[in-house]
Amino acid sequence: MAADGDLKPIKKLSLKENYALLTRGLGWEPTYEKKEEIFRTIDFEGIKIHDWEKWEDPFRLTMDAYWKYQGEKERKLYAIIDAFQQNNGQFNVTDARYVQALKLFLNGIVGLEYASHRGFNILGREFPGVGPRIAAQMQAIDELRHATTQIHAISHYNRFFEGMADFPHQFDRVWYLSIPKSFFEDAVSSGPFEFIVAISFAFEYVLTNLAFMPWMSGAAFNGDMSTVSFGFSAQSDEARHMTLGIEVIKFLLEQDPDNVPLVQKWIDKWFWRGYRLLALLATMMDYMLPKRVMSWSEAWTIYYEENGGALFADLARYGIRPPKYADVTIKEKQRVSHEMWSIFYSVRNAVGFPVWLPSAEEMDWFSEKYPDTFDRYYRPRFEHWRELEEKGTPFTNMTLPQLCQVCQWPCIYTEPDDPTEFVHRETEYQGETFHFCSDGCKDIFCNEPEKYVHAWLPVHQIYQGNCFPEGADPTAPDFNPLVAALQYMGIKPGVDGGLMSQHVDASRWEQWTSRPANLHEGAITQAVRKTT
Amino acid sequence: MSNIQPVFIALQANNDTLPIIEAICSDNPQAQVNEYPAMVKINCPGRMVIRRSSVEERMGRDFDLRELQINLISLAGEVDESEDEFVLFWKA
Repeated sequence: MAADGDLKPIKKLSLKENYALLTRGLGWEPTYEKKEEIFRTIDFEGIKIHDWEKWEDPFRLTMDAYWKYQGEKERKLYAIIDAFQQNNGQFNVTDARYVQALKLFLNGIVGLEYASHRGFNILGREFPGVGPRIAAQMQAIDELRHATTQIHAISHYNRFFEGMADFPHQFDRVWYLSIPKSFFEDAVSSGPFEFIVAISFAFEYVLTNLAFMPWMSGAAFNGDMSTVSFGFSAQSDEARHMTLGIEVIKFLLEQDPDNVPLVQKWIDKWFWRGYRLLALLATMMDYMLPKRVMSWSEAWTIYYEENGGALFADLARYGIRPPKYADVTIKEKQRVSHEMWSIFYSVRNAVGFPVWLPSAEEMDWFSEKYPDTFDRYYRPRFEHWRELEEKGTPFTNMTLPQLCQVCQWPCIYTEPDDPTEFVHRETEYQGETFHFCSDGCKDIFCNEPEKYVHAWLPVHQIYQGNCFPEGADPTAPDFNPLVAALQYMGIKPGVDGGLMSQHVDASRWEQWTSRPANLHEGAITQAVRKTT
Repeated sequence: MSNIQPVFIALQANNDTLPIIEAICSDNPQAQVNEYPAMVKINCPGRMVIRRSSVEERMGRDFDLRELQINLISLAGEVDESEDEFVLFWKA
C-alpha cells in the first residue's frame, strides 16, 4: 500500500474494531473435517452453546498490546529482582521464619502455575469459539510466565536456605503437596467447561485475591521485595484472568437456561475445593508472616464476604446462588489457621520446613484478631506445648493421619458448630468405606464417586508400600517405613523439618545477619550481639 | 436495592499510579481509598470509571488505558473498556 501514492492513510482502528478483527476475522469454518471431530470434548458435559460469537472479552486485548505490556512487566520485574539479588535482599526480610513460607510457595504453588499453563493450552485447543480460544492461549502464556518468574526469583533464596532445591520432585511426592497437586489435576481431568468454571471463575475470580492481595502485601511488609514483585507482576495478569472468569459465567448462563444447574454445581464444587486449598494460605498469613498486615479472618471478610457478596448479588439475576457451604467457611474463619498450624507443628518432622510456636506477642495479636476462639481453644494448647518444649519433651505426633478422599487434607477440621469436635464423614461405595473432612468434600465425592475412588492418597500409598526410594528393602530388619517414605518425598529428616530453634536456617541466619532468627524470641546462637 | 454493591480496583502503590488514583478520586466522588503495604485498593459503590482524559491531565502525557495492566493488582465488577473509559460496574 505504501507504493500507491494516492492512497490516504487508513483510519486508525478503534479498540473494539481491532479486537473484532482478531477474534472474528481470523477464525474459519472447517470444510474437509467434521467440526465434532475437531472439537471432541465440547459436548459431553451437557453445556449448550448456541452462538460462540456472543463471547466478548471485556479487555479487548490485541496481540500487539499483549506483547508490549507483558514485555514491560517483565523488564520492570527483572530490574527489581536484579536489585534484590545484588543487594543481598534475602537477608533484609524480617526474620528467618518468613523464608519458610517461601518454601511452601515454591514447593506447593509454583507447580499449580505450570498445571494451569497446561490446562489453558488444552482450552486454547478445545474451544470452538475464537474469542475464548485467544483468551485461553494468552492465559496459557501468562501462567508459564508466572511459573518461570517465581522459580527464578525464589532460586536466589535457594542459594542460602534449605528445602527449596527439589521443588518439582517434592510437588509430585510430598504428602501435603498432594493437596494442591490433586486440586489442579482434578480440574484438568474434567471437561473444558468445568475446567474454566473451576479455575477462571471459582478459583481466580472468587478466591485468588486472598492469595495475591493480603499475602503479597504482607510479603512487602516483611521486606521481601522479590516476592512482592513477582506476586504483583503475576497478579496484573490475574486481573485479566478474573475478568475472563466472570465473562465465562455470564456467557454460559446467557447461552441456555439448561446450563444454569450445571454451572451452579461446578461453582459449589470448586468454591469448596478452592477454599480447602486456601487453608494453606490461611496458615501462611497468620503464622508465617513475622509482621502481619491482616488476619485470615479479616481477609475472608473483605475478599469473600464483601466482594463475593457483591458478585453473587450480581449473578442472582441468572438464578445463581452463593456457593453451597459458604456459611461453613464463615464459621471456620476464626479457626482454620490455628487448626492447620497445630497439625504442622505436631507432624513437624515430616514436613519440608521447620515450625515454631507463636510467641507471647503473637498470641496477643491472635487474641485481638480472634476474640471468639483464640483464648478459648488455641492459647491453652500452645501454652501447654511450650511448657513441653521447655521441659525438653516437645509434643510430636508420629501417626500418619486419615486423609480426606477429596481435598486430601488430613481430617483435622472441626464441626461447623462445635470447635471441639473433629468433623468426620464417611460413605460406602462399591463395598469400600471412604472418609471426608467435611460435608462439602463428601458431597463432591457422592456426585462423582467413580472419579474420586482413583485419588492418589499419600498416606494410603505409604501403607501400601508405594512410597519408598528405589532399592529400599522393606524386609530388612532395620527398615523404617516412615524414614523411607520421607526419603522418597525428598524430605531430609533432621534437615528439612523439626523445630525452627534447632534448624540450620535459623543458625545460619544469625551467623550471616547478626539478627535473631525469630525476632520475637531472641537469639539462639552467639552470633547475635546482645544490645542490652 | 440496586447499584450499591461495591466494585474495586487495586493498584500497585508507586509513582506511575499516583496520577491514576488521583483521577479516580476526582471522577468518582464516592470512591474510598484504602492504603496497604505496596498496594492501594479503591472501593466504590456500584460503578467506578477511569477516564483517559483525567489521567492524561494529571500525568502530563498521552495515556493508553491499557497501560493500567502494568500496575493492576486486582479488580471486582464487570469491565467495559474503550479508548476513553475503563468502567467497572455491577448490574444488580
